[in-house]
Amino acid sequence: MTRSLRWKGAAFTVPFQLGFVFLYLLPIGYAAYESLFTEKQSGLGLGGATTEFVGLDNYTQGLTDSAFMDSVLRVVLFACVQIPFMLLVSLLLALFLDALTSRVASRFRILLLVPYMIPGVVAAIVWVNLYSPDVGPLTPIGHALGFDWNFFAPSMVWPSIGNLLTWHGIGYNMVIIYSALQGVPRELFEAARLDGASELRIARSIKIPFVRGALVLTGLLSIIQMLQIFNEPALFRNITPQTVSDSFTPIMIIYNQAFNAGNYHYAAALSVLLALILGVASFLFYRLTSKEAD
Amino acid sequence: MVLTERTATERPEVRGVRRLSRPDPASRGRGGQRFLLVGLVLASVYSLFPVWWLIVAATKDRTALYQSNGLWFSGWHLWDNLHQVFTYQDGIFLRWTANSLLYAGVGSLGGTLIALATGYGLARFDFPGRNAIFACVVGSFLIPIALLTLPLYLLFSAIGMVDTPWAMLVPCLINPFSVYLAKVYTEATIPYELLEAARIDGAGELRIFFSIVLRMMTTGGATVFLLAFVNTWNAFFLPLTVLRGKENWTLNLGLYNWTGTRLESGIDLTGLVLTGALLSIVPMAIMMVAMRRYWRTGVTLGALK
Repeated sequence: MTRSLRWKGAAFTVPFQLGFVFLYLLPIGYAAYESLFTEKQSGLGLGGATTEFVGLDNYTQGLTDSAFMDSVLRVVLFACVQIPFMLLVSLLLALFLDALTSRVASRFRILLLVPYMIPGVVAAIVWVNLYSPDVGPLTPIGHALGFDWNFFAPSMVWPSIGNLLTWHGIGYNMVIIYSALQGVPRELFEAARLDGASELRIARSIKIPFVRGALVLTGLLSIIQMLQIFNEPALFRNITPQTVSDSFTPIMIIYNQAFNAGNYHYAAALSVLLALILGVASFLFYRLTSKEAD
Repeated sequence: MVLTERTATERPEVRGVRRLSRPDPASRGRGGQRFLLVGLVLASVYSLFPVWWLIVAATKDRTALYQSNGLWFSGWHLWDNLHQVFTYQDGIFLRWTANSLLYAGVGSLGGTLIALATGYGLARFDFPGRNAIFACVVGSFLIPIALLTLPLYLLFSAIGMVDTPWAMLVPCLINPFSVYLAKVYTEATIPYELLEAARIDGAGELRIFFSIVLRMMTTGGATVFLLAFVNTWNAFFLPLTVLRGKENWTLNLGLYNWTGTRLESGIDLTGLVLTGALLSIVPMAIMMVAMRRYWRTGVTLGALK
C-alpha cells in the first residue's frame, strides 16, 4: 500500500476520530479531572463558592458513602438472581425452538421477540400499570387465587422489576443463544443418537457446552446493563416514591448528586468509581467463566 | 473439536445406518413434542399479554379502565383517547413524536454514514494508529453512560448546546458499535481486488467509496441504521440529562413526565399515558416489520460484540 493511499484511508476515519475525542475522551478526562476538586463555601456561604483541589478525597468519600455502597450491593445481589434466571429461561426456550422444525420455530421466535421491540421506558410504563392495584389485572387475579399481592411493597419491588427485566430480555437473549445452537454440526446429534443418547442427554452434553460462548456473552452484556439500571426504578419511583428511594441504584445517586444536590465534583468521582466497578465485574465474570471451560 | 473430525469421517456410514434404525426426528416422541409446544405457548402468552392489555386499555374510557376486566374490551373509545393525546397541552405529544423521529432518523442516518466510512477505512486500509482506533471502539462498549453523559452535559452547557436538538443529534453521530458492525460488514462484502481494479481504472478514493463501497454495503448499512434508530428511539438517560424544556423532549421523556404528574399535582393521566405508550410503539413496529431481514442479522451479530 502506497504512502498516499494509507493517508487517504486514514482520512475516512477522521470524522469518527474527531467525534470520539469530543464525545468520549474529552468527557472521560473531564470527569476524572473534576472529580479531584470540590466546591467550598467561603465564610458563612455569603462570599460565594470557591473550587478547591482535594485530591482523592471524593473517592474515599464515595467508598465510605453507605448510600452509594448499598446501592451497588443492592444491584449486584439483584443481578446474581435475575441474570441467571433470565438466561436459564432463554436457554430453555432456545433449546425448545432448536428441537422443533424450523417453520414452527420461526413462528414462535417472532412471538417471543415482541417484548424486545418495545422501548424500555414503555415496557416499564406497561408493567407498572399491570402491577397497579387500580388499573392492572394482576391484583384481581391474585385475589381470585387467594393471594393479597402488593407489587409495590418494599419486599416486592425487586421481584417486580426483575419480572419486568426478564420479560423484556428473554427474547433477545434467546435469539443469540438460538443462533449459536444453529451452528452445532447436526452430525454430532446423529452420532450421539446412534450411541443411544436421549434428547435430554444430547442437550446437556452437546448443545449446552457448545453455546457456552453465547451464554458468557449474554451474561456479560446483562451485567453491564444491570449495574447501570436507571429507567425502570425511575418509573417505579414515579408511582411509589416511598419504596423506591432516590438512592435506589448507583446511577440514580449520581444523577441526584449532579442535578438535584448540585454536587457535580462528587457525582463525577462516583461515575468514575462505577466505571471501575463495572470493569472489575466484567473482568472477573469473564475470567471465571472462561477458566471453567479449560 | 476432536469429536467433529471423527463424525465427519464416519458420516457416510452414519447416514446409511440412520435410515434403517432411527425414526425421523419429527416423529420422535409425541409426548416430547407436545411438551415443547406447551412450553413455547406458555412463554408466548407471557410475552404477549402485556401488549394485549395495552391495546385493550387504549380503547377504554376512564371508568372502564378502572372498573372493567383489564384483559377484555369494554366500550370503544380509541378515537376519543387518540384525540385527547394529540390535543392535550396544545398538542405537545405531536411535537415529541416529531422530535423522536428527527433525532432517531437524522441522527442515525448521519451516524451510519460516519460509521460506514470509518469501518471501511479500518477494514481496507493499513495506516498507523489503525489498531489504536479499533481498541478505542471495542473498549468504549464498557464505558457506563453516567461517566459520559454527565460531563457531556457540562461540555454542552459550556458551548450553549444544552436544550437544543443538537444535544441529542451530535452524540448520535458517533456510535462505536455501529463502527464495529461496519468494519465486520466491509470485511465480508468488499474484496481488495475490486478496489484495486477501480484504482487502476483511475477512480479517486472518494468516488470509490460513494459509488462502489456504499452501494455494495446497502444491507450492512441498513442494519447499522436500524439498530442505531432503535437505540435512539429508546434512549432515556441522555435526553433526560441534556434536554430541559418540554418542546425538545422525546416521546419517552414526555411519557415519563406524564406518569409523574399524578404524584406532583394529583392529575391522573393514566389513560393518556397508555394510549401514548401504544402510539410510541407503532413507528418501531413498522420499522421492525419493514426491515425484518436486517434486524435479525443485527441481533445475531450483536452476539459477536
